[in-house]
Amino acid sequence: MNRITEKIYLSENVVKMVVEAPDVARKRKAGQFIVLMTDEKGERIPLTIVDSDAEKGTITLIFQIVGKTTSCLAEMNEGDTLFTVLGPLGHPTEIENFGTAVCVGGGVGIGVVYPVIKALKEAGNKVTSIIGARTKDILILEDEIRAVSDELIVATDDGSYGVHGFVTNVLQDLIDSDNKIDIVFAIGPVPMMKFLCEVTRPYGIKTIVSLNPIMVDATGMCGACRVSVEGKTKFACVDGPEFDGHEVDFDLLTNRLRTYLDQEKTAMEDYRCKCNDG
Amino acid sequence: MTDKKKKKEKIPRQSMPEQDPKVRAKNFDEVPLGYTEEQAVLEAKRCIQCKKPLCIAGCPVDVDIPGFIKLIAERDFIGAALKLKETNALPAICGRVCPQEDQCEEVCILGKKGEPVAIGRLERFAADYERESGNIMIPEVAPPTGKKVAMVGAGPAGLTIAGDLVKLGHDVTIFEALHKAGGVLIYGIPEFRLPKSIVDAEVDYLEKLGVKIITNAVIGRVKMVDELFDEGFDAVFLGVGAGAPVFMNIPGENLSGIYSANEYLTRSNLMKAYRFPEYDTPIVRGKNVAVVGGGNVAMDSVRTALRLGAENAYIIYRRTDVEMPARIEEVHHAEEEGVQFKLLTNPVEYISDEDGWVKGMKCIRMELGEPDESGRRRPVPIKDSEFVIDVDTVVVAVGTMANPVIAATTPGLEINRWGYIVTKDETGETSRKGVYAGGDIVTGSATVILAMGAGRKAAGAIDEYLRNKEQG
Repeated sequence: MNRITEKIYLSENVVKMVVEAPDVARKRKAGQFIVLMTDEKGERIPLTIVDSDAEKGTITLIFQIVGKTTSCLAEMNEGDTLFTVLGPLGHPTEIENFGTAVCVGGGVGIGVVYPVIKALKEAGNKVTSIIGARTKDILILEDEIRAVSDELIVATDDGSYGVHGFVTNVLQDLIDSDNKIDIVFAIGPVPMMKFLCEVTRPYGIKTIVSLNPIMVDATGMCGACRVSVEGKTKFACVDGPEFDGHEVDFDLLTNRLRTYLDQEKTAMEDYRCKCNDG
Repeated sequence: MTDKKKKKEKIPRQSMPEQDPKVRAKNFDEVPLGYTEEQAVLEAKRCIQCKKPLCIAGCPVDVDIPGFIKLIAERDFIGAALKLKETNALPAICGRVCPQEDQCEEVCILGKKGEPVAIGRLERFAADYERESGNIMIPEVAPPTGKKVAMVGAGPAGLTIAGDLVKLGHDVTIFEALHKAGGVLIYGIPEFRLPKSIVDAEVDYLEKLGVKIITNAVIGRVKMVDELFDEGFDAVFLGVGAGAPVFMNIPGENLSGIYSANEYLTRSNLMKAYRFPEYDTPIVRGKNVAVVGGGNVAMDSVRTALRLGAENAYIIYRRTDVEMPARIEEVHHAEEEGVQFKLLTNPVEYISDEDGWVKGMKCIRMELGEPDESGRRRPVPIKDSEFVIDVDTVVVAVGTMANPVIAATTPGLEINRWGYIVTKDETGETSRKGVYAGGDIVTGSATVILAMGAGRKAAGAIDEYLRNKEQG
């Protein structure tokens, strides 16, 4: 059912995959995600839907290889079938014509911010996109993002491409040079989102983040993904995944993401052994 | 006659062999081992075959209890299983998880003077006998009516009603959000109380009857209830359960190492985290585990913690053992296995280590005050009685509430102030034409058998609705 129709490496550790999931493709909106399992013994992992083609009945996923499940997923090829794809889950991004929107994507988060940029543009916003990566070789989706943005600024930590520096610096510069900014969407690693929110906070610029806590069922049943927003507990799977970044407790999110570090290591070692045996 | 009656009363209630508590506290295999044929026949012979049996009235799905027991006494074990299945689609499950002591066995006439007939154990025996014989009879279904019914949720209510309606000739499709059918039977109740192979077999039986099951489909997300009607379904039954976990909203409750019972049990049962790393999903194997709550879910959680290697596994409950809602049998099993009960105790705060991981649970001692609306004496905190228990893992098992996804996406569906679906009466009819509901999403958290009872009653109502629709 959920056949992989395309797989390409966007960089050494980042893979783009197109998967057949007709019902999801028809229904999904920007900001929503799916949960997939590679096989019956696999873990359930959430991945944002980057794009979809309702006619072909496919969805596009982009993921970074970080642990066992993503390693297994990356080993799968065109024609292989995923054990499950569940979705679309979560609230869609609240899209309206805000005026000028700045969308920031970092690392694999560039894939996640892409559908938001596209939807904002379609709704009539002027969109400035900022994408960043550690170095040029791992920067993804530059052309795709350029095609749907009014302006694109690229930053690399090591200065190998675009602006030398972090996306936070670029955003600060935009604010400092008196650009009118009505809303910021910031999606990427937790520290990046946390610091971007600190950049916009003094100016009162609304900043939406997309959170990626650990999930199990992802339908509101288990509470694994609880996050603290405005001091209240929310479930990222059904209340989010997007929240007002100025109200999010990022330190709690960071801690909870570390819950299974030891087991993740064990699983990875176990997986490498099996790969070597095979 | 007098002699015969005397002889019957002499047979003691047959106890069921169980795994030794010390051994079983370290494994996930089923605890009770089931009757042998001889034990089952002996137990069945204790039934005096009342002319006006009280037990049937005590059963939410009206099983012909004397009927199936008579067949066991006559050693027609397959016949007994078929008799059960006339009114109960899931006998192997009910024989294990029903609270018989509050239902059929509570009213058994033998219980007046001695011990009631072990109806649950006999039900389990007959169902297991049939399944293990590998020769599961598929009853004939009525000719197709041409009517399509959608079930939302493959839990006890949905499975029961699906079985009933498919036998009546309707075309039945179940939509299930998870990747496996069974609902709480799969994600909630642990292997040591209900082996998953049994749930799989019961689901397989329904599929053989013609029920279609579509997993990984969240109604309210991938399709709305209204779209099901657009696709040609004539009626929809909502049996989505009360799936959302309740937390206590006390400081520190989001620290790492603190789970809802739903998450803890789903990881272990559905995702098989107890077999990590063979299965990929991890679970925290705590050394000092506290489970908050006194219901069956709390017992399931604390016994899971022991099996995952806990050195100290505590039940933290704010009332006394008298008020504990869990089945006596489950509390007893937990005690035997070494669970420590801290009663009249309530958590007030969780204490963090430097990495955001729970390391202590600050509790307050309670005493029982005046009875509340439920008739139970209200637990009242004792001033300045706080103390700290060292814990590295906590499971919050204080109840569940309605998941709002269906209600939020189905216009015109009436819900009450707690988010549960309002139904007219026992038929499960909702405020929307052709939409029925039953189980925990109507009543709030209850038992498997009550959800099945609701499914049974709604099945009758839906069948009638479909047939009237045909005429009109």
